Amino acid sequence: MLSPEEVAAIEHEVALYDRKRAACIDALKIVQQRRGWISDEDLRDIAGLLEMPVDELDAVATFYNLIYRRPVGRHVVHVCDSVSCWLMGTEAISDRLRERFGVSFGETTADARFTVLPIPCLGCCDRAPAMLVDGNLHADLDPSRVDEVLERYD
Amino acid sequence: MERPLTANIRPDREPLDIDGYERAGGYRAVREALQRMTPEDVLAAVTESGLRGRGGAGFPTGQKWSFMPRGEGAPTPRYLIANADEMEPGTFKDRLLLEGDPHLLIEGMIVSAYAIGATTGYIFLRDEYRLAAERLRRALAEAAGRGWLGEHILGTGFSLDIHLHTSAGRYICGEETALINALEGRRAIPRTKPPFPQAVGLWGKPTVVNNVETLCNVPHIVNNGAEWFKGLSRTDNAGTKIYGVSGKVKRPGAWELPMGTTIRELLEEHAGGMRGGYRFRGVLPGGASTDFLVEEHLDAPMDFDAIQKLGSRLGTGTMIVLDDRTCPVAMVHNLEHFFAQESCGWCTPCRDGLPYVEQLLAAIDDGDGRFEDLDLLEMHTRHLGPGRTFCAHAPGAMEPLQSALRWFRDDFERHIAERRCPYR
Repeated sequence: MLSPEEVAAIEHEVALYDRKRAACIDALKIVQQRRGWISDEDLRDIAGLLEMPVDELDAVATFYNLIYRRPVGRHVVHVCDSVSCWLMGTEAISDRLRERFGVSFGETTADARFTVLPIPCLGCCDRAPAMLVDGNLHADLDPSRVDEVLERYD
Repeated sequence: MERPLTANIRPDREPLDIDGYERAGGYRAVREALQRMTPEDVLAAVTESGLRGRGGAGFPTGQKWSFMPRGEGAPTPRYLIANADEMEPGTFKDRLLLEGDPHLLIEGMIVSAYAIGATTGYIFLRDEYRLAAERLRRALAEAAGRGWLGEHILGTGFSLDIHLHTSAGRYICGEETALINALEGRRAIPRTKPPFPQAVGLWGKPTVVNNVETLCNVPHIVNNGAEWFKGLSRTDNAGTKIYGVSGKVKRPGAWELPMGTTIRELLEEHAGGMRGGYRFRGVLPGGASTDFLVEEHLDAPMDFDAIQKLGSRLGTGTMIVLDDRTCPVAMVHNLEHFFAQESCGWCTPCRDGLPYVEQLLAAIDDGDGRFEDLDLLEMHTRHLGPGRTFCAHAPGAMEPLQSALRWFRDDFERHIAERRCPYR
């Protein structure tokens, strides 16, 4: 069940649009921010609040790179795999993450600490390669910088 | 050299607050437009300036605005959307403006909304641009607090609210009709055109979608006039342009320069030339969905018409450099992986064709390709080309591929003949 705080935050977003359902991406992000991911139950509750069919909300939820329909770790690492980062050595960054965590893209570490995902261009091509950790941008990476950055996330 | 778009952007990229922005001449164009010009005057000034959209397609902005229905009985409300969904690989120009001078975008939106009669504006921002979101929220609150937004701005009959919408990551949201679907809370697939959004857009109402850099030019055109704007350029494509360079150059970056600056000047003077040990091989002049250009094109002026004449596109004006030690086949494989993943799946050629193209490239890249695969790739560049798909996603994806098959054909053939990648 959605908490009163979640409902209030969603209703605040609803007011910015001419139709309730337009706030659905905002609503999914509000719930995900608090719970880590969107479960089937959360999906039903949000759809009910926004008066839209559950299937249509699921079509939206499964469309976007940053909405998770499966549980993720405490921290989500998004590695840019697009062309400028690739040219500047993103494969070495991915290799380092695989070596450090023992997981591939799309997987979560056994201690549920990190989930590693690829992401299209982060718009940071002049400081490639780059990655996001919990939405925070880290650029000009090399494998040792990756270790340095990840130490900050317990 | 005048740099109107980036004049307020400081080396540390910390943006001016509203006091600083106003001291620098900010919001003067709102006063000028709302108090001394009619919406038709603003439209005429933008049309006369020759401003073309900076999001990639280069459509004349004034003409786009002129498609909005006007006069008594025209449908209301009307909407203006700033497209800040910058997700084209290799493109990072709008981030500079969004983070470095958010008030300039807001001012551009106010003046543009006045011209088209919009009363609500949305900034459609990709979610990964967290710093931009934070700065835009602050700037929007400051602008509303000062009365630049809200009811009866400057005591005139014009009212405007601007809301920030942060999306959730999907390249197709940059396509204007998919963006409108996304904003309505639907799956972000493109809509058929016509009707164009200017007639039937957000919630069925007249809507203009403009790129961030495009909107940021508008206050300067109102303040300084069409002739001044044309005079900023070295060619007959008006204005300045935020160009960018990424890849193995000495100083990757973005710079505001006169439209028509040559590729060579961008690479050698601004980006400092190639890094030690690397030689220039080719360049995607305006992001991932543009055709490769090569050494013989280095003296081309980077404007819409000149680059089109060479068989490519100016696109976003942010170039990606291929060096001589990077495999062109692997680079195109990376690009097509992106396009296949980001296809929205709405039309069959794009949904099924792009993954097939990616598989062919993966096989060639790994040394498992056949010579007939090159014919299959060529065939797909035609079958996924302009007019064969619902939107421009797949045709855009075919641009780097078709040009790579032309300029780097030997590399494709060597992979197949030697059954390995010669660069590894």
